[in-house]
Amino acid sequence: MEAPLLHLALVGTPNSGKTSLFNALTGSRQKVANYPGVTVERKEGFFVTPLGRQVSVVDLPGTYSLRGRSPDEEITRDFVLGKASGEIVPDLVLCVADSTNLRLTIRLLLELKRTGRPMILVLNMFDIASRRGITVDVERLAKELGVPVVTSIAVRKGGTADLLALTDEISAKLASEPQENSWRALSVSELRATQREADRIIADCVSLPARPDTWTARIDAVVLHPVGGLIVLALILFVMFQAVFAWAQPAMDLLKSGFDALGELVKATLPDGLLQSFLQDGVISGVGSVIVFLPQIILIFLFILLLEDFGYMARAAFLMDRIMGGAGLHGRAFIPLLSSFACAIPGIMATRVIDNKRDRLTTILIAPLMTCSARIPVYTLIISAFIPAKDVWGFINLQGLVMFGLYTTGIVSALAVSFVIKFFMIRDYAPAPFMLELPDYKMPRLKSIAIGIYTRAKMFLQRAGTTIFSMMVLIWFLASFPQPPAGSTEPAIDFSLAAMIGKALEPLLAPVGFNWQIAVALIPGMAAREVAVAALGTVYAIEGGKEAAEQIGQVLATKWSLATALSMLAWYIFAPQCASTLAVIRRETGSWGWMAVTFTYMLVLAYAASLVTYNVAVALGAG
Amino acid sequence: MTDHDDTRPHMPLGLALRGYTGVIQHLSTKDTGSALSDIELESRLIELGFVEGARVEVLHEGLVGRDPIAVRVDSITIAVRRREAMAIIVA
Repeated sequence: MEAPLLHLALVGTPNSGKTSLFNALTGSRQKVANYPGVTVERKEGFFVTPLGRQVSVVDLPGTYSLRGRSPDEEITRDFVLGKASGEIVPDLVLCVADSTNLRLTIRLLLELKRTGRPMILVLNMFDIASRRGITVDVERLAKELGVPVVTSIAVRKGGTADLLALTDEISAKLASEPQENSWRALSVSELRATQREADRIIADCVSLPARPDTWTARIDAVVLHPVGGLIVLALILFVMFQAVFAWAQPAMDLLKSGFDALGELVKATLPDGLLQSFLQDGVISGVGSVIVFLPQIILIFLFILLLEDFGYMARAAFLMDRIMGGAGLHGRAFIPLLSSFACAIPGIMATRVIDNKRDRLTTILIAPLMTCSARIPVYTLIISAFIPAKDVWGFINLQGLVMFGLYTTGIVSALAVSFVIKFFMIRDYAPAPFMLELPDYKMPRLKSIAIGIYTRAKMFLQRAGTTIFSMMVLIWFLASFPQPPAGSTEPAIDFSLAAMIGKALEPLLAPVGFNWQIAVALIPGMAAREVAVAALGTVYAIEGGKEAAEQIGQVLATKWSLATALSMLAWYIFAPQCASTLAVIRRETGSWGWMAVTFTYMLVLAYAASLVTYNVAVALGAG
Repeated sequence: MTDHDDTRPHMPLGLALRGYTGVIQHLSTKDTGSALSDIELESRLIELGFVEGARVEVLHEGLVGRDPIAVRVDSITIAVRRREAMAIIVA
């Protein structure tokens, strides 16, 4: 008879190399989901031991203790104690330690021991410790701690062999009767006593070199310099932007032409009619318009994971903490907001690094105000059609200046909204303390990063893809039904539900200078902002395609006033027009309410901004 | 416990400037102005290794108001705001 699945749990402090060990054990056999009711990521993977035992392993969120001060840490505690709903009690807990830095993990392990769970201490990154001259008396450590100890080098091939062998050995003699759990939350004096005990054990079993890691000190001398550090940060950001906007372009063009070709193929093979229109306009161009962003998402995550693995992320938070604190934001909000310039979806997903719930919520609410790449096609179209390409003050291009102004307005509004949230909504709340370990720098490991990017790309395609797909079907339906009467010469969309909605919305949008064609274009723009460009093209009965983009511009220039164009730009700074962002906000906050709040406040801001812009422009004679 | 002169004045780590080295004497979480409760702040500091007898060195300071600070605590480096570091009494 085959032995039942063995359940392992990985527990450790942040930066202990838990995730690289998880990746080394399971490779790409991973499942990422959420724990029920909370937005904590649940990572489970599978592998087979040398003796053929099937193993499932869960990578629990990093924690310094079992007190559970954040949702992440509560999950870790409940999981180990077997109290997490719908979860199986782990048969064996692997406590993962960074071998170069045992103090905090040994204390955590002493606390974990009280739960009575069978446990192994894994001394990870043992190669780095050896290179630095740190020696560990493994046998003595095991004896003092009363748990088996094994060394591992997660990032090297075969580096987990000892761990696998020990897992087999221990799982063969695991007792089936429930163990005694004597854990309860530690008082301050118990905590202190445990740390003393940990320090004593370390003093007995570990010999540290006289000098600490000199590389980290040398890099930090530059990277954490009050002024130099900010310059380095700005340079890193510049390269990141460059990569996301320029390097991703060829891949995005390739994807786009691939989808266009696929659409053409469908058009050529299928007879004209509903099915052809559904596949070409609804499925292929709709879903394609989102998948086109995959290269940008991959690049953003490549940078984030590289910097995270290297140990730089904590430093960026350190540098930005006070600067962002002025607007009521936490230092850790910096990277999520930065990612939102590519797309708010990975940005909002990246807010998981913020452990305080309210800080995280504020960041999620303002992330969509960062100018994402989907707004670029809309901005480019309108700017090139309405703003003359002349120089101001002799050297600044006016079109570029308007573009810069749109970005700046987005950032300033985000800070203002955050300030308002801090002031009015969450005023009884003092800022969460910023306490963060600055880990020693480590060479990023490509395999681990590749696995990280792969799981995130898969998540993006699965989740955003399904939402977009259903939205696209809906929008295609609205734009296609009812069908035009036979023999009519006007564009088909004029007869559709979308046009009816557009005309119904027109009185509402007239004060901001929008006509019904714009109202119609705003509807498909809900699926993805840049779709509005294609939709305007359809409404003005122009064939799509790259050359046509300039033609749309020419048509717009004759049909819209300058005031309407400026109003449209102002609208797009704020407009909550992205169904997938809203869907991600719902998922990450676990609440329809916050999604509705985001939608409403952005819509109000968009309307107000457009109203002011339009009326000021008309008053100045641009109507 | 320390090899520092006993006559060296006690002071909160929150007031120490870059380059300061010393040894933690005790934690005093009353009236630091931190958002955390006294017990919570003390627990978190201990969990990050700020215990009596640990050697500390202020390695780096932020740009605005010299805040936050990066502190070497024995073998690890921790970033904290000065407000919370006021609870750590060093000499």
